[in-house]
Amino acid sequence: MTWGLELASVRFGTRTALDRVTLVAAPATVSIVVGGDGAGKSTLLRALVGLVGLSSGASRRPPKSEIGYIPATAGLYVDLTVEENLAFSGGAYDVTGQEYAHRSSELLERIGLADARDRLGGQLSGGMQRKLAVAMALLHRPALLVLDEPTTGVDPVSRSELWRLISAAAATGTAVLATTTYVSEAHRASTVTLLDQGRSIATGAPSEIVGAVPGKLGVVRSAAQPRGPSWRRGTTWRLWSPSGVLPEGTEPVRPDFEDAVIIACLADERGG
Amino acid sequence: MWPMIVKEFRQLKRDRRTLAMLVALPVLLLVVFGYAARFEVSNIAVEVVGPQAEQVAGLLRAPFQVVDVDPPAGESFVVSRLRDGDAAVGLVTGQRPFLVLVDGTQLFAAQAAESALARMTVTGKAGGSLAPAVAVRILFNPKLKTSWIMIPGLTGLILVFIGTLITSLGIVRERQAGTIEQLAVMPFRPWDVIFGKIAPYLLLASLDLLVIVVVGKALFGVPFVGNVAIFALGALLFLLVTLGMGVLISTVSQNQGQAIQLAIMFVVPQVLLSGLIFPISSMAAGVRWIAYVLPLSWYIDIGRGVMLKATPITALVEPLGVLAGMAVVVLGLAMLRFRQDLAPSVRGGRAITTAPAAVPS
Repeated sequence: MTWGLELASVRFGTRTALDRVTLVAAPATVSIVVGGDGAGKSTLLRALVGLVGLSSGASRRPPKSEIGYIPATAGLYVDLTVEENLAFSGGAYDVTGQEYAHRSSELLERIGLADARDRLGGQLSGGMQRKLAVAMALLHRPALLVLDEPTTGVDPVSRSELWRLISAAAATGTAVLATTTYVSEAHRASTVTLLDQGRSIATGAPSEIVGAVPGKLGVVRSAAQPRGPSWRRGTTWRLWSPSGVLPEGTEPVRPDFEDAVIIACLADERGG
Repeated sequence: MWPMIVKEFRQLKRDRRTLAMLVALPVLLLVVFGYAARFEVSNIAVEVVGPQAEQVAGLLRAPFQVVDVDPPAGESFVVSRLRDGDAAVGLVTGQRPFLVLVDGTQLFAAQAAESALARMTVTGKAGGSLAPAVAVRILFNPKLKTSWIMIPGLTGLILVFIGTLITSLGIVRERQAGTIEQLAVMPFRPWDVIFGKIAPYLLLASLDLLVIVVVGKALFGVPFVGNVAIFALGALLFLLVTLGMGVLISTVSQNQGQAIQLAIMFVVPQVLLSGLIFPISSMAAGVRWIAYVLPLSWYIDIGRGVMLKATPITALVEPLGVLAGMAVVVLGLAMLRFRQDLAPSVRGGRAITTAPAAVPS
């Protein structure tokens, strides 16, 4: 059984926040939606879990008791302790008694908060808060785990730990759907969807998206920005030629995933 | 400084509710104090009984307004009419001196009646036939103590504050923190969330109510002569209305500031126009209807009636019924609004909910 959206559109008044987006979240996989601010990532997740009504299309999701969801803004109660937050989650999903004791201990060990059960949520660091939020969403072993920018504002070490936690959930059969603004995190996914202005502009495995890059990409080693669609990568410029003909003095290069994302956006702008 | 002033004006322009309150509140206060906030009572409802009832009723002049003349009835009938709130003053004829019974819970009406009777007995303006042959007896609040009539009203005010202000803040806090979205995705029904949120406040408000009644009795000697169950029923219905208002306010507020503003707009008219301070009977007829759409007005009827007069439930059917109706309407609206917040209807698309093939282990 897979979950996801089929040609889903969401309109707020005259503004289209999501435009015929199709997306699949399969069990035991991690699907990531990449997009800039305002691309429609949060709306997509909210439409999937039923917080936003669809104007057209369909959303396929398990019952609420099988969903774990963390919005971008929160995930826990800052005025409850670590233990109390988990207990609330356990109560909500009917994980009680021995099962709760075992599961909460296991998760607290894994996120490194076993010795901080009595600390208030608000006293935890940003990374710790997000890890606790993910643990709360995972407590009932959901069939679908939906995470809105779980790593935004989190330090690199905590980000890595968070992804380890999320991947472990997928390994036990949970379908994970997460959004991120960090392109570098997309390689962790089985499927990536690039979202721009509410539209899906590319979807597939990271290697498929890289492989589908149109035109040619080159490196320009100069201080000045070259003419044409180009962007900075380290000390050099990347120059994309939609026609496949690179100007003289440009060194051809195989695009990586970050390049592929930028080119997909540029190609979409030109096509649109 | 100039950029700061410009910034403030721009922010204020977008904060329509604050602007509305800044404009509406002074107008409201003007209307309230101009038309409604009066201590002087110009109409005192009088029940006249006894053999000379018809004759005496014809002699009574303003501020007395005869609401019923019943020659065969006697003192006990008048007491029951006053207890039920049907009249503020009862005049028993057929004895010398005539007996004037005054409802002490209608403080300003009682004071006005006393002074009008004193004038009549001194000057004999009412034709002289009443003077000096009246004996005045004040019932339910013999010393006309302000604290006796304020405490039942204060219990209502506390319920308004806790029920409306604190409840609305509690729910808005979830919205501001973003946790309300999580609650919406958890396997809770809207009613679970609403009741879960209001249950602690329901308990706290009940405890507060108990404390005020006990402290009022201990410190001020305020009696509680009526049926506790009727009082509890009235308080519960009133609390449901105020809690419903709190939930309703929270559904239309994006932050705690907005919730406080709306709650104040709900609470202030109740303080001023419910009869808590200014008697409803003193209000100009044009604004008196406002008092009857405020739940606190009806609760005060029940509170004062039960605590001070042992008013029976048969005489409180109207306020209890109105509060029950208000509770149904307000809680119903709150539920509908809250439901929309938690589970928006699918507008044109489909939502397919399917159980997973196998729960991951």
